[in-house]
Amino acid sequence: MSATENIRNFSIIAHIDHGKSTLADRLIQICGGLSQREMREQVLDSMDIERERGITIKAQTVRLNYRAKDGKDYILNLMDTPGHVDFSYEVSRSLAACEGSLLVVDASQGVEAQTLANVYKALDSNHEIIPILNKIDLPAAEPERIRRQIEDVIGLDASGAILVSAKTGEGVDEVLEALVTQLPAPQGDASKPLAALLVDSWYDPYLGVIILVRIVDGVLKKGQTIRMMSSGREHLVEQVGVFTPKLKRVDALGPGEVGYLTAAIKEVAHTRVGDTLTDAKKPAAKPLPGFQPVQSVVFCGLYPVDTSDYEHLKVSLGKLKLNDASFEYAPETSMALGSGFRCGFLGMLHLEIIQERLSREFDLDLITTAPSVIYKVHMTSGEVKELHNPADLPEVTRIKKIDEPWIRATILVPDEYLGAILKLCEDRRGVQVDLTYAGSRAMVVYDLPLNEVVYDFYDRLKSLSRGYASFDYTIEEYREGNLVRMSILVNGEPVDALSMMIHRSKAEARGRALCAKLKELIPRALFKIPIQAALGGKVIARETLSAMRKDVTAKCYGGDFTRKRKLLDKQKKGKARMRTFGKVSIPQEAFIAALKMDQD
Amino acid sequence: MTVQENHLSLYVHWPFCEAKCPYCDFNSHVRERVDTGAYRKALLAELDFFAELTKGKRLTSIFFGGGTPSLMPPEIVAAVIEKAKEFWDLSSNIEITLEANPGSSEAKKFAAFRTAGVNRLSLGVQSFDDQALKFLGRIHNAQEAEAAIEIARDTFPRFSFDLIYALPGQTNQAWREELGTALTLAQGHLSLYQLTLERDTAFYRQHRRGKFFLPREEEAADLFTLTREVCEQAGLKAYETSNFAVPGEESRHNLNYWQGGCYVGIGPGAHSRIFADGAWRAVSTLKIPEQWLEKVEQNGAGLAEDVLLTARQRGEEIVMTALRLKDGLDKKNFARNSGIPLKNLINQDALDALKEQNLVVESETRLAATRDGALLVNAILGELLA
Ligand SMILES: Nc1nc2c(ncn2[C@@H]2O[C@H](COP(=O)(O)OP(=O)(O)OP(=O)(O)O)[C@@H](O)[C@H]2O)c(=O)[nH]1
Ligand SMILES: C[S@@+](CC[C@H](N)C(=O)[O-])C[C@H]1O[C@@H](n2cnc3c(N)ncnc32)[C@H](O)[C@@H]1O
Ligand code: SF4
Ligand SMILES: [Mg+2]
Repeated sequence: MSATENIRNFSIIAHIDHGKSTLADRLIQICGGLSQREMREQVLDSMDIERERGITIKAQTVRLNYRAKDGKDYILNLMDTPGHVDFSYEVSRSLAACEGSLLVVDASQGVEAQTLANVYKALDSNHEIIPILNKIDLPAAEPERIRRQIEDVIGLDASGAILVSAKTGEGVDEVLEALVTQLPAPQGDASKPLAALLVDSWYDPYLGVIILVRIVDGVLKKGQTIRMMSSGREHLVEQVGVFTPKLKRVDALGPGEVGYLTAAIKEVAHTRVGDTLTDAKKPAAKPLPGFQPVQSVVFCGLYPVDTSDYEHLKVSLGKLKLNDASFEYAPETSMALGSGFRCGFLGMLHLEIIQERLSREFDLDLITTAPSVIYKVHMTSGEVKELHNPADLPEVTRIKKIDEPWIRATILVPDEYLGAILKLCEDRRGVQVDLTYAGSRAMVVYDLPLNEVVYDFYDRLKSLSRGYASFDYTIEEYREGNLVRMSILVNGEPVDALSMMIHRSKAEARGRALCAKLKELIPRALFKIPIQAALGGKVIARETLSAMRKDVTAKCYGGDFTRKRKLLDKQKKGKARMRTFGKVSIPQEAFIAALKMDQD
Repeated sequence: MTVQENHLSLYVHWPFCEAKCPYCDFNSHVRERVDTGAYRKALLAELDFFAELTKGKRLTSIFFGGGTPSLMPPEIVAAVIEKAKEFWDLSSNIEITLEANPGSSEAKKFAAFRTAGVNRLSLGVQSFDDQALKFLGRIHNAQEAEAAIEIARDTFPRFSFDLIYALPGQTNQAWREELGTALTLAQGHLSLYQLTLERDTAFYRQHRRGKFFLPREEEAADLFTLTREVCEQAGLKAYETSNFAVPGEESRHNLNYWQGGCYVGIGPGAHSRIFADGAWRAVSTLKIPEQWLEKVEQNGAGLAEDVLLTARQRGEEIVMTALRLKDGLDKKNFARNSGIPLKNLINQDALDALKEQNLVVESETRLAATRDGALLVNAILGELLA
């Protein structure tokens, strides 16, 4: 346990890729948290997917020991956070456990959308903010211009901003000193009843559930019985420790400290992030302010390509959920695809990552249905139903109106691409809220329907601006929309997994494009196959896939029929990867392509 | 025509060629020199091995295939035929075919092959157009091909030749003319193959890199139909997907394969289907000539695989090959030959639908693809055997 005046707790926040994790590397190195041998780039990004994609997905915590110029020893608790908008809840949690933030800005790129979004979050959490101008080793770095930009765009005093190269280590000493001199020490009273904020929890195969806590008041010790204030569940504390970043046991954690505990908890679901832990024998009077619960914004169906993999998928989802409480799933069945799960995600990147982990870590081949948002269907009876899956849309005659979620998007974009970006937002039914300039860059604020954004808006934005535009959003409110369900019929049979909710004004164009795409992807059969898009009973687009004309092998390989039999087996296997609708087989690629299809 | 259970065909593989053709994925290899003496001994040894397994059968055909068997010393061909006579009872009208490339040096050997006992020659002409031959990577030209045909016709009682069509850019008209030439030179039998891209060939890779384009499905279908029409007008029936003959001139050796008969294959990469002790045995030999040779020298046979086929596997093989025949599948003998009743093997709903679509016809005794169905045999098999 350390005296609070010698503790500093801080988060590192930034736009994606501005160098948070690299700066964390340098801080760990200088403070001797890891030996030279243990060190590697972005050492805190420990998941395979993080390392491969070079991004942080999960926030990480490290305790550093630092002897400052004043000769005193300090404990610095560092929290590295993700930059991508899908994982912004990770940032919020980390901020709640700290008193200050290092705001990292890439000195060659400047202020971006997540820079803004995260600064505002830090200010809301009453953080002291230390601006860092990173990557000054780059020839393209313009620290002076970016310093002014921070002042102009964010309105933050950047006169004391520290010039750093997280890559070379230049300026990092100064960062450490600034942490000690500029950030406030945490407050708290060791004699009060225990009040600890549950910041995060995850499953470890050896230790069971590990809980990350920030102690506000009181002391946490091994052998203590703790109580979760929201559920009343009690657990005996087995181990208390800190991350160096390796797990290291300590005797106790006192006010202002950040560390972990284990208590033979089997499921992450039994720990609620944002909850308050207290001493069961001497409970705190009231819980600490918690967090907003995370909410899924994108939903899609996940189905095994091979229907016999259903149980395997179920078990795998359960295992993933142990480590990532932020996605949800529930069983559903599709006429087209059989048994699968409807899953909720924080955004498209999150969806992609879960999908990738399922295929990689659990060796599952999956069909993903078109992503959907949650619609609110107002029935004539007055009832309001939440619609997660277009297939569940009630009878149209019983519907009064349908509301859809809208977001408020903030986009920062260099001047020359502004026109293209405005057009994109308009095409996606956006309503402009604000347009301001900061130097040669525009900041545009748009309200947009979430269903126009979910799957390819970000990609379009990036390609239209050659990667220079950045984007952040918050979920705003539900608004009524002229929404219809578009069904796809293949050979007269509706394929429920391809149906989607869509704005009436976009149905024809989308229907035509989708039919054309399916025509390319569905293999020809021995008969011709109509492919139609329909609203209710009305066909709005149609293509016909003509019958196969020739499919016969020229040679017969003498007596080598083993080879021919193998070809037939291959043909059968190929069929197993397709779903049959009536008489037509649709390959897995068709479902994926329908989802990826460019709207423009 | 039906298969006779006590009948047997013999295949002899000669794995060497002068050059590897860019489209070819047959078991053929180019070697600077070949120790023909060693191969002679090994072939005869393997013949011994298989004779033991097929005692008492009547040999109805022999086929020397490759590779390029016309590169074989005729003496080896003679020795194999002589040895076969010792083992089996040879049918009086036995068909003995040899595949030959139409190079001039080979044509000089035709007479010797005839003397050795070969009574049918199959020439790999491939095209009568020099440019096409060049594209196909062949080392002979059209003039040599025609000369070889002349000699073959004068030397052998029966002969046939192969052409490859549906080449890049080949028009219906150009093929019709080439086919006309072929029909004037043919004597009762032709093999006409559409160019197929086989994995692991030079053409496959070139095609992937966009070096050339094959006719689209529609064009290929038209060429296929045109081929059948032109041949039939000239009296050559399409008795198999790519084989055409005046009735009675069919390759009996190949028909035996396709109808589910018994056969023995010797030489590298050869396949056998042998009925013994109530089960069908599928045997194959090592493909790489040197490995095969070594193994034969050690064990008397160069076996790579020797497995018993399940009745289902055997049944599938027969359906797959027989549906390529004009006469289709012999329903009567099917269950006895394969060990599985036809109705247990094929999907009845699919069959009904295919009949409905007029792609397949069924009678008391036979199941066959129709004229339209002949272009779609793979898809039909996919449905029937799903
Ligand atoms: N030249 C140079 N490159 C840097 C510096 N700091 C970071 N980088 C590079 O910038 C890229 C992104 O760095 P990260 O540390 O992963 O960025 P991040 O902010 O943690 O990214 P997210 O966690 O995905 O938001 C990596 O390729 C780093 O090597 C720097 O000071 N100079
Ligand atoms: C065993 S092969 C080769 C016989 C002999 N070596 C020759 O090339 O003439 C028999 C025939 O199959 C045909 N063939 C081989 N490869 C082919 C391919 N890729 N596409 C179409 N026909 C092919 C050729 O017509 C060839 O004559
Ligand atoms: S000559 Fe015949 S077997 Fe030899 S490579 Fe050419 S096509 Fe193949
Ligand atoms: Mg990072």
